[in-house]
Amino acid sequence: MKSLNRREFMKFAALGTSAAALAACAMPTTAPGAAPAAGSTAASGGATAGGGQLEIFSWWTSGGEVEALNALYEIYSAQFPDVEIVNAALTGGAGQGGNMKALLETRMQGGQPPDSFQVHLGRELIDSHVVPGRMEDLSFLYEEEGLNDVFPKDLIAIASYDGKPYSVPVNIHRSNVLWYRPSKLEAAGVAAVPTTWDEFFEAAEALKAADIPALAVAENEPNFSGHVFENILITQLDQAGYLGLFDGTTSWEDERVTRSLEILNQAYDYANQDYLSTSWGDINDRFVADDGPAMMIMGDWTHGVLLSKAFSDYRWAPAPDTAGMFMVLSDSFGLPKNAPDRDNAVNFLRVCGSREGQDAFNPIKGSIPARTDPDLSKYDEYLLSAMEDFKSNTLLPSIQHGAAVKQSFVLDYAIAINNLATNRDVAAAQAMLVQAAGDAEFGA
Amino acid sequence: MATKSMVAAGERARAAGGPITKRRRRMNGDMVIAFFVLLPSILAVAIFIYTAIGWTFYISTVKWNSQIIDYTFVGLRNWSRLFSDNRFYADLRNLVYYAIGFMSQCIIFGFIIASLLDQKIKGEILFRTIVILPFAVSGIVTGVAWRWLMQPTTGINLLFAKIGLENFQPVWISHPDYGMWAVTIATSWQFTGYVMALYLAGLRGIPQELREAASIDGAGTYATYRYIIIPLLMPVTFTAIVLTGMNSIRVFDVLASMSGSGPAFATDTLAFFMYQSTFGAYRYSLGATIGAFMILLSAFLIVPYLRSMRDEVER
Repeated sequence: MKSLNRREFMKFAALGTSAAALAACAMPTTAPGAAPAAGSTAASGGATAGGGQLEIFSWWTSGGEVEALNALYEIYSAQFPDVEIVNAALTGGAGQGGNMKALLETRMQGGQPPDSFQVHLGRELIDSHVVPGRMEDLSFLYEEEGLNDVFPKDLIAIASYDGKPYSVPVNIHRSNVLWYRPSKLEAAGVAAVPTTWDEFFEAAEALKAADIPALAVAENEPNFSGHVFENILITQLDQAGYLGLFDGTTSWEDERVTRSLEILNQAYDYANQDYLSTSWGDINDRFVADDGPAMMIMGDWTHGVLLSKAFSDYRWAPAPDTAGMFMVLSDSFGLPKNAPDRDNAVNFLRVCGSREGQDAFNPIKGSIPARTDPDLSKYDEYLLSAMEDFKSNTLLPSIQHGAAVKQSFVLDYAIAINNLATNRDVAAAQAMLVQAAGDAEFGA
Repeated sequence: MATKSMVAAGERARAAGGPITKRRRRMNGDMVIAFFVLLPSILAVAIFIYTAIGWTFYISTVKWNSQIIDYTFVGLRNWSRLFSDNRFYADLRNLVYYAIGFMSQCIIFGFIIASLLDQKIKGEILFRTIVILPFAVSGIVTGVAWRWLMQPTTGINLLFAKIGLENFQPVWISHPDYGMWAVTIATSWQFTGYVMALYLAGLRGIPQELREAASIDGAGTYATYRYIIIPLLMPVTFTAIVLTGMNSIRVFDVLASMSGSGPAFATDTLAFFMYQSTFGAYRYSLGATIGAFMILLSAFLIVPYLRSMRDEVER
């Protein structure tokens, strides 16, 4: 080889790499962390209901949840067999669905939204996605599907911003449920399920004597205790006082908040000993284990999870001191602007809002339908009782599940309660809550 | 470095004589080609590294702390907020714990294993592969596997119970004070093989004559290591310190899948704090501030390293 050839080779190499670099720069950028499906979804862009894909984000991956979501997909696939459903479910992270929300955020910021995604009705939907102008107004869908007549007015109000609905609720969950194992209570000589916190601590003492943990807690990272704590807060504050926490009229320094923290702090004395090592994902397995805890304050998705485990030694009651109250949260699906397969997504939302869809989804998920016209024969004893309570009880929005507050507060709140679980210092935890409320600019 | 050696080559060519004008033209031609060859990487580094770093510092000075992008300049408000946050100090404490635990385990075990493998043993390749294999495993997998191993009621504790240590049942990563040390066991398991490879290469580079001379002078094994091998391996140790140190600052994946922030930030790190601030609470400017702080922290390690490298090149 002559040197001329070498130089020519170098020139070609330089040209080639420069061209490649330019081509790479000219390519559309993919948001960091975007799922591989994103590229293929975008590539199929503009697909109509006749085909293409439907990418759905959710944090539903465990028993009960997956089956419920699949039930929705089945109905969808029966109607639109040519559409390929990409189930982009991702679990874990702080705050319900923290990891999914993080990935969703990178996709939304990068201008590459999924076709639709799970989002809690309320502040989480409004503050995180509607106010920043990322969602499509769904008034047209509500009118076409007659949803205005079948969803409760209060629920539509929570889904709306400036009078326009932005998502389709698929279910109603109740946060303040006490799940208990009658056999465990019996073993400790506890005659009846506790209805107040005083009774709870009496029962807890008896259980402790029988070497049974009274309360299931999973606090290896922030989350679980935040759920328990919201259901204690409503026992110390009345409805106005509780709602006032989020508009600045009730201070987080209030002594009723202190009392709530003290109750939770005392409850940790009766929790499973390894609660700082147990994750939320593992808690249901602990609850059903032979040496498991006797009681657990958790939302009514627990019903679906326990059903999926074929476990039957459990009953339910309102969490202590919360009879007549319904701490509500709702999962919904919205339509992001620039959804790559918009038509497919709209059709999915139609399924979500339909009677058939809700009656397929909710009995498995362990939630009650958002629609007021369900086929009651499909719902079991627990769900029928929850439907009754939903009609007659005082409805309160959940903190931990994004109904009452925006996402950043949920994170700070869960961290503060996790601090209590770890350090058992009520004053320090309350100071963190006060600071979190300041950061969230409640009432500003 | 490439430019430097090219210039040196040019100088050599000039010193060797020959028609200067022709040489200069050719050199310029080479320079042009070299420029174009390097251009893509220069552009890529400039855009994807330095522009991103600059952008991060810029975002740390604006008011973008929700999903609504807000470029209002707020000066150092995000920085003062970061410095007043208890979580930040918990993370700094954790960084110190982590760095001490991780660096010492990697370097000590890496060196010991490399020394053992250097004894011309049978099956060296097999052992070397076994030790370095964890490095090929992704951080997420490492984290998940070790989370299971460190569950208080199963995993390692079950082994302890089986061999009669029923009373020795640590809670590992869930301990509010020692959780971070437990994490370093997992990350060291992963990274020790790499440090071992560094040391093994270093050991192979030490001329046999030096060891023989030391042995003739009456030096035993300890003295040979103490006065010959360890001092000669100092550059390798220095590289290992920088690599493990950088790793300590940016540790994220193993930790995110293993313990998250842990109970009361027991296993929280700056990187995890940045991730949660940005994508959990949508406080972009705060996240950028933490990122910028981590860059500055890394610079403390990198600058002495680059200086020592320069000194070495000059020597």
